[in-house]
Amino acid sequence: MPTYYDPQDLDQFAAIGKDAPELAKKFFDYYGAVFAEGALSAREKALIALAVAHTVQCPYCIDAYTRACLEKGSDLEEMTEALHVAGAIRGGASLVHGVQMRKIAEKLTL
Amino acid sequence: MGCPQKPQTQTPQLGLEKFSSALKRHGLKLDRTRCRILQVNVGLICDLCCRHCHLMAGPHRQEAMSAQTMREVVNFARRGGFEMVDITGGAPELVPGIEGFIADLAEVVPHLMLRSNLTALESPERENLLRTCVKHRVALVVSFPALREAQVEAQRGSGVWEKSLAVLHRLNALGYGREDSGLQLHLAVNPGGAFLPADQAATERRYHRELQRRWGLVFNNLFTLTNMPLGRFRRWLENSRNYDAYLSKLASAFNPAVVSGLMCREQVSVSWDGYVFDCDFHLAAGICQGEKLTHVRDLPGPPPQGTPIATADHCYACTAGAGFT
Repeated sequence: MPTYYDPQDLDQFAAIGKDAPELAKKFFDYYGAVFAEGALSAREKALIALAVAHTVQCPYCIDAYTRACLEKGSDLEEMTEALHVAGAIRGGASLVHGVQMRKIAEKLTL
Repeated sequence: MGCPQKPQTQTPQLGLEKFSSALKRHGLKLDRTRCRILQVNVGLICDLCCRHCHLMAGPHRQEAMSAQTMREVVNFARRGGFEMVDITGGAPELVPGIEGFIADLAEVVPHLMLRSNLTALESPERENLLRTCVKHRVALVVSFPALREAQVEAQRGSGVWEKSLAVLHRLNALGYGREDSGLQLHLAVNPGGAFLPADQAATERRYHRELQRRWGLVFNNLFTLTNMPLGRFRRWLENSRNYDAYLSKLASAFNPAVVSGLMCREQVSVSWDGYVFDCDFHLAAGICQGEKLTHVRDLPGPPPQGTPIATADHCYACTAGAGFT
């Protein structure tokens, strides 16, 4: 195996159900329902998924949802903005903990 | 010579099932129903060089339908009893005599449709054509593949965006796309690369909303079209090493339910030099209708019901997902 990640593995996702078929069925049914057209459009959901994929840094998900976004009519400008939303939340999540840092430091320092 | 170019060599597809085999596996056959539509490709001359063009049309091309062939097509339309003539190109707007051709066709068929890239309608020289279209209630199907300048121009070339918006405003001002005007304006949207088109209904809703909100533009319907792996788009697929994956994607999206409604079952296509093909894509691939290349002047009427339709791997583009109906 040259790398841990093989793009062909994405097509084998369903194999995860081999030793736990009932759980896999529940998961895939849920997954399908989540991405169906609803109060949010399937296009909007794919953009959220793309942002989350970058947050969890899953190469399978990035591959799948880049394609899904394009096929649902999103363009690179929208997709890039979605990534910045993920980046802003990640960055913000780090920085907002600075309040803790400051409170602790203020308690400990003269 | 009627064929526009040599039949394109089929790249061997490792593991790709032949389209004819896919039909057979589903117990389907592709044959003709009653021929309602006459599609006429009036030439390859075009002001644009779109990267997805299956006919490799462009400003460098000289092919255009002659006045003699136009007369022969009008006579064929008259004796064929067609319900509609669908005029395409290239850019039909640039073909000399197109206004007269439309007027003559309007006398022999109830409905006319003209496909436009929008930019070719931008010149003041096209005002006469626009008046002709309004007079004969010609439905316009115009290319507007994306809602952003960068995406449109990556596909169709620099300067296309502003011209397209200007022409859409002009068409709306003429009444095109407005309710109760009787002037139909439809948008054609194709993907900007090697992937399938977005859901048509959802895209239409989004375009209605965004065109109205951003530019105050209106239209009637929107059609999503799959990029055909032929011509300039095929070259790009091959050069970018996307060809095999794209063909596999099209084949894996084969939808047997759409075969009965495929447009090739009820139309016949005529090239700028008057020869007959099953569709514009077979025209691009050089696959003639029937057993030999036939000119419209030699045809008593459209091919009869039950006539088999030739198939090739590019047919997968018409059966992928919601299909090309």
